[in-house]
Amino acid sequence: MFNYYMALAVLSLKRNVVLTVLMIAAVGVGIGASMTMLTVFRAMAEDPIPNKSHELFAVQIDNWGPRKSFSSNGDNLSEQVSYTDAMALMSIRAAKRQSAMYATGAALTPEDPERRPFRVHARATYADFFPMFSVRFRFGASWTAAEEAERSEVLVISRELNDKVFAGANSVGKTLNLDGHPFRVVGVMEHWEPIPKFYDLNDMYGKSEEIFVPFGRAIENQMPSWGNTNCHDDIGAPGWDGHLRSECVWVQFWAELPTAAEAEHYRSVLNNYAADQQRSGRFHWPPNTRVRDVREWLTYQHVVSNEARILVLVSFSFLLVCLLNAMGLMLAKIMGRAGDIGIRRALGANRRAIFSQCLIEAGVVGLAGGCLGLALTALGLVGLRSLLSESVSRLTHLSISDVAIALILSIVATTLAGLYPTWRAAQVQPVWQLKAQ
Amino acid sequence: MLKMTHLSKAYRTEVVETYALRDFSIDVSEGEFVAVTGPSGSGKTTFLSIAGLLEEFSGGEYQLDGANVRGLNDDQRSKLRNEKIGFIFQAFNLIADLNVQDNIDVPLRYRGFDAAERRRRTQEASRRVGLSARSRHYPAELSGGQQQRVAIARALAGSPRLLLADEPTGNLDTQMARGVMDLLEELHRDGATIVMVTHDPELAVRADREVHIVDGQVVELSVPSRRIAAASIPT
Repeated sequence: MFNYYMALAVLSLKRNVVLTVLMIAAVGVGIGASMTMLTVFRAMAEDPIPNKSHELFAVQIDNWGPRKSFSSNGDNLSEQVSYTDAMALMSIRAAKRQSAMYATGAALTPEDPERRPFRVHARATYADFFPMFSVRFRFGASWTAAEEAERSEVLVISRELNDKVFAGANSVGKTLNLDGHPFRVVGVMEHWEPIPKFYDLNDMYGKSEEIFVPFGRAIENQMPSWGNTNCHDDIGAPGWDGHLRSECVWVQFWAELPTAAEAEHYRSVLNNYAADQQRSGRFHWPPNTRVRDVREWLTYQHVVSNEARILVLVSFSFLLVCLLNAMGLMLAKIMGRAGDIGIRRALGANRRAIFSQCLIEAGVVGLAGGCLGLALTALGLVGLRSLLSESVSRLTHLSISDVAIALILSIVATTLAGLYPTWRAAQVQPVWQLKAQ
Repeated sequence: MLKMTHLSKAYRTEVVETYALRDFSIDVSEGEFVAVTGPSGSGKTTFLSIAGLLEEFSGGEYQLDGANVRGLNDDQRSKLRNEKIGFIFQAFNLIADLNVQDNIDVPLRYRGFDAAERRRRTQEASRRVGLSARSRHYPAELSGGQQQRVAIARALAGSPRLLLADEPTGNLDTQMARGVMDLLEELHRDGATIVMVTHDPELAVRADREVHIVDGQVVELSVPSRRIAAASIPT
């Protein structure tokens, strides 16, 4: 009977084109508005590394003390650590994998003298970064532990940079000149672009770096931080060494802790380290450390703002108003067909059959409204792209799952809105309609 | 086939109770053609609605093809109506969006027949009422008489045990009315049980028996005058 009801639904919708168009428009506009907001919200709230987000932990250590803190979360913790603490934690090696890292950059001079140098964003990190964040390689691999220890001038480049400089060819073994230093390419990554860029939220929706260099080599080359650096009283002695020895926080630190036991162990290691710092007289306050997994980290960092939540709420309220309008139109349409419903009842249709027929008709309106809503969503996202900055506009893409959500939402919401008119239709007494005729 | 015993139907408001049928008894045998007559407001259509399980009754008993219909729920009444009863309405009551074939197909869909069986039955019913050539026409493209023939085909397609006709020629001119009545008589001769409500004495005489209703009660059960006259003519 489903096919029969579908055919009847199409027939019924064709009967009164104006009402049908109004219903579909009401649903479509509501879906368009709510999906535009929801698409952006979902991109903001998306788990950037779903297979490992509960195993990866951002590390925080309070190295400023309660009276110097500028933390907006009221816990005296900065989202970054000092170079001193980062190096100490790297030497403890209490996690399965761990990496200190910071954003940097350089001028890249291609081998081809015809091509002009250009600026590249880079990340100084450790070899653990790649397996820890599930980065896949197109060519080659990460640098080795030996290369890391020797602070070799090696690097890993993004697929996009490889396409740009080497036209997509295998560039492993080739040389790239960064700020006058020759670096040998050891690996080319596959496209990798987590959104948001959870491992360094200073550039929340920015693109991933084009170049990854060993942390020790970057420090030795005095590659400056291109990210956020926060200092309080102690801005350190002048010069690079002074900067490294200062209490300024500018290094992100991540640890991979696959089990709850390992996470618990790591917490105690961190606390012990902070307690040691207190005993040595560097910290004048009790240990204040924290590890947070990716989801906790995104929440802590307010990646999804309250304004975004409110906008989604408002857009769904608008959808509700649109659905109420569609419901009224549906009621008018169905009651206008009470005669036909009476005939069908007289010919043997029970209430359930009438209910199913009308509900499927509502579903067809929902499907058509969903398609219109998708078109309006695409239009809305184009509009947002022109309003938002380039980095944020990366959130405004319509994925397959967004399309599925829009259609399912539209069909389900419209079907629910159709419940009352449908119930009314099923209550039609055949005898009243037939006597009336 | 259709047996009502001391049946009553009351319409109640907060202040008044009006009986459309009161102490109403009728027994229609299988294969009979009964005309139900009476003035306007006498309860003819209410009787037909109750007989067709379109309306519930207040008191008494009603047996349809041996089954007591008192207390049946909506599903059971719908099923019984679909399987055992064919309706022919004064206003034809065809569905305007559906063509002849699809109109005839409607009760068969609710019966659960497969596509091949439905096609066979709709073709047979169309042929029987002489509308095979117009199966793709829509109601608006047909004359009143043809529309009523479609309604009759729709009523016949499910092979019902009982045909209920409510003023079947009320919206037709004399010639078309005659054609429809000829068809009903033909169906009756083929064994159909027909109950026809009419206020037209000329139509009533074509039935086997006439039941006259006044104020919701059967006041007279008689053999129609035409048949008495036919019986008294010396051969």
